[in-house]
Amino acid sequence: MTLQERPDRENLADTGLSETPAERVSYLRAGHTLKSWLLTTDHKRIAILYLISITFFFFVGGAAAALVRLDLLTPAGDLLSNEGYNRAFTLHGVIMVWFFLIPSIPNTFGNFLLPLMIGARDLAFPRLNLLSWYIFMLAGLLTLAVLILGGVDTGWTFYTPLSSMFAHGQVVLAATAVFVAGFSSILTGLNFIVTVHKLRCPGMTWGRLPLFVWSIYATSLILVLATPVLSITLALIAAERLFGLGVFDPAVGGDPLLYQHLFWFYSHPAVYIMVLPALGVVSELVAAAARKPIFGYAFVAGSSMAIAVLGFFVWGHHMFVSGQSMYASAVFSFLSIAVAIPSGVKVYNWTATLYKGHISLDPPFLFAMAFIGLFVVGGLTGLILAMLAVDVHVHDTYFVVAHFHYIMVGGAVSAFFGALHFWWPKMFGRRYSLVWGRLSALLIFLGFNLTFFPQFLLGYLGMPRRYHVYPPEFQVLHVLSSAGAGILGLAYLMPFAYLFYALRYGPPAGDNPWGVTGLEWQTRSPPPKHNFDAVPVVDGPPYDYHVEMEGDEDG
Amino acid sequence: MADRVREPYAAPGQQREAAMMGMYIFLASETMLFSGLFLVALHLRLEHAPEVVAASRQMHYFIGAANTALLLTSSLLVALAVEAAREGRARPAVLATAILLGLGFLALKAVEYRMEYAEGILPLPGAVTEFSSPARHAFMNLYLIATALHAVHLSIGLGLLATLAVRLLRGTLPLPERSIVMVNAGLYWHLVDVIWIFLYPVFYLAR
Ligand code: HEM
Ligand SMILES: [Cu+2]
Repeated sequence: MTLQERPDRENLADTGLSETPAERVSYLRAGHTLKSWLLTTDHKRIAILYLISITFFFFVGGAAAALVRLDLLTPAGDLLSNEGYNRAFTLHGVIMVWFFLIPSIPNTFGNFLLPLMIGARDLAFPRLNLLSWYIFMLAGLLTLAVLILGGVDTGWTFYTPLSSMFAHGQVVLAATAVFVAGFSSILTGLNFIVTVHKLRCPGMTWGRLPLFVWSIYATSLILVLATPVLSITLALIAAERLFGLGVFDPAVGGDPLLYQHLFWFYSHPAVYIMVLPALGVVSELVAAAARKPIFGYAFVAGSSMAIAVLGFFVWGHHMFVSGQSMYASAVFSFLSIAVAIPSGVKVYNWTATLYKGHISLDPPFLFAMAFIGLFVVGGLTGLILAMLAVDVHVHDTYFVVAHFHYIMVGGAVSAFFGALHFWWPKMFGRRYSLVWGRLSALLIFLGFNLTFFPQFLLGYLGMPRRYHVYPPEFQVLHVLSSAGAGILGLAYLMPFAYLFYALRYGPPAGDNPWGVTGLEWQTRSPPPKHNFDAVPVVDGPPYDYHVEMEGDEDG
Repeated sequence: MADRVREPYAAPGQQREAAMMGMYIFLASETMLFSGLFLVALHLRLEHAPEVVAASRQMHYFIGAANTALLLTSSLLVALAVEAAREGRARPAVLATAILLGLGFLALKAVEYRMEYAEGILPLPGAVTEFSSPARHAFMNLYLIATALHAVHLSIGLGLLATLAVRLLRGTLPLPERSIVMVNAGLYWHLVDVIWIFLYPVFYLAR
């Protein structure tokens, strides 16, 4: 029982690894059995497991959205019953939020890239990482059970007293599913935080971390600190429904508004769980596309942390018309507007990074551009909503629906596809068709705007959210939106065709197909099981591109 | 195998620090879980001060006090066992005593629940209850939820400690190399203790 130092620090050739030749070739070759995937502790394989699972849920949630949009084609509620409509949008929200968006970028790309980007061989707790996937799948199964057993109709927000006293349906089961998924989030966040602290390779100081790592770090803090508040809140709802132990029930002196406070204390930070990783991805894509160091690295990194922290203090902007104190509302309004500052810092810095860059219009960059445009619209309408006086009018209308879809779907999902297109060659070692990539980026952008821009107008004109019967004068805008949703749906399917095609027929990618900096590009594509043959040593700043100055030979 | 430096790590110290940091983050998360309950308690207290004061007068605060003493003592014993483990000495008996004290806590809690049930103030499903005001009912609901959740955590802690005590007895836990396992289990146990230290005044002494 000797403790051995591994590897021998003096001898750089000693990698301290016991690996098979197949593992040395690539993580994909290291075993082809189902068992080698289901029992893997390799962060890269777990990332692929997540990628498959969340894609599945994306389509289940998408099917629910299709039902909603079809029903809204006509002013009468003729496709779905009232109950059915409520169930469709609830399922859509629950699945998209907890089973697609929250795990989307962190659990796939975060898992895959975090160790590679900081020069580590794996996450800090590889087995915990696998456990977290199993917990996630258990939660997913529970959600599917909810679907089969008849669904829920409370909306993704589970507001009391509707959820605790009046709703029929599988409220407890749905709450349990989200509760269980929360543990997966917490364990993943914990794993990421410890990894960033303890497993950076020599020379990888905090000031040299890639911006994606910073944003995943900030996200993880929210995952670890906000998710348990949601867990306990859902547990309280379950206790009320199952055992009659009401604490939100006004009949026993409880307060339904308290539920909203607890829920949004989690759920506003949760919207940053969804968008911070996307911001990190876009920082990477912008620097890669411009071939320039990120303008104001420290500010971009710091703004991720600022958003994470400020995000904990703005939840009251969801409750302006709930009857909370007017003074509280005013403070929440002010704080919400303050969040715009770090968000703005990012957008300005990306723009400055692109200025005079050698920009290549590859698919990842097009997705990044789509992200920036849609994020600006979503963010600015967020400001409009954060103005107390305006929100009183547009609260609970399609304006809000359009606002958060611009950020969560237009923004976060575009960034997800951007990441998929940027790192696909690294993950699978194959190039895909750039032409098709550009085309799908364009179609996603257009389809998205056609779907959601009319919803701003609808909301402004007074169309409330969560109704499927509406006055006939809104029909034109609803039809436009549904048509856009059709295009968007097809556009989301396109990448599957050419990316899968590339898996088999794409030309080999080479280690660094985009010619960019970053440790993940210095190892092979796909990377070997242990990521690096020798632990890398970092000796320069991140995004260390050559910048031409005035008077340069070739400038 | 277990005593070797495992995959992503280069040195035992690094691995130990990571494990400990992971535990602290987990405990921060647990703290946030309970803080939701404390927030509900605070809200009740602010909204319905007289009823809450009346309700907490009805609690058997001496049982709570005895339980506090039990938990604090067991935490002390766990701390001693952990310190010993760090120096390479296995102290299964100390750990076992701590476990007994924890079981004592659960037993006393059960007695207390029984008394409250008999008095008609424990809102178990199906129980016949009688509350002088609605807020009192909410207070007892919250009390039951919070103490039950705490008991669940305590039982998990007992399971952890029991596993470690067995491993110490059998000598399958190499010390001091793997003392980190003891340290982490100890940290968890202390948190269970600390949560009780807050639950006790909130429910029993809030008058
Ligand atoms: C950056 C990522 C953001 C995401 C993912 C996001 C997401 C959301 C979501 C999901 C809702 C609706 C919740 C519901 O009622 O079901 C919402 C509402 C709202 N958002 Fe955002 N949001 C973001 C940014 C912002 C910003 C930066 C602000 C303000 C500066 C903001 C202000 C608001 C306000 C005031 C509402 C409530 C509107 C109402 O219900 O009347 N949001 N957001
Ligand atoms: Cu919000």
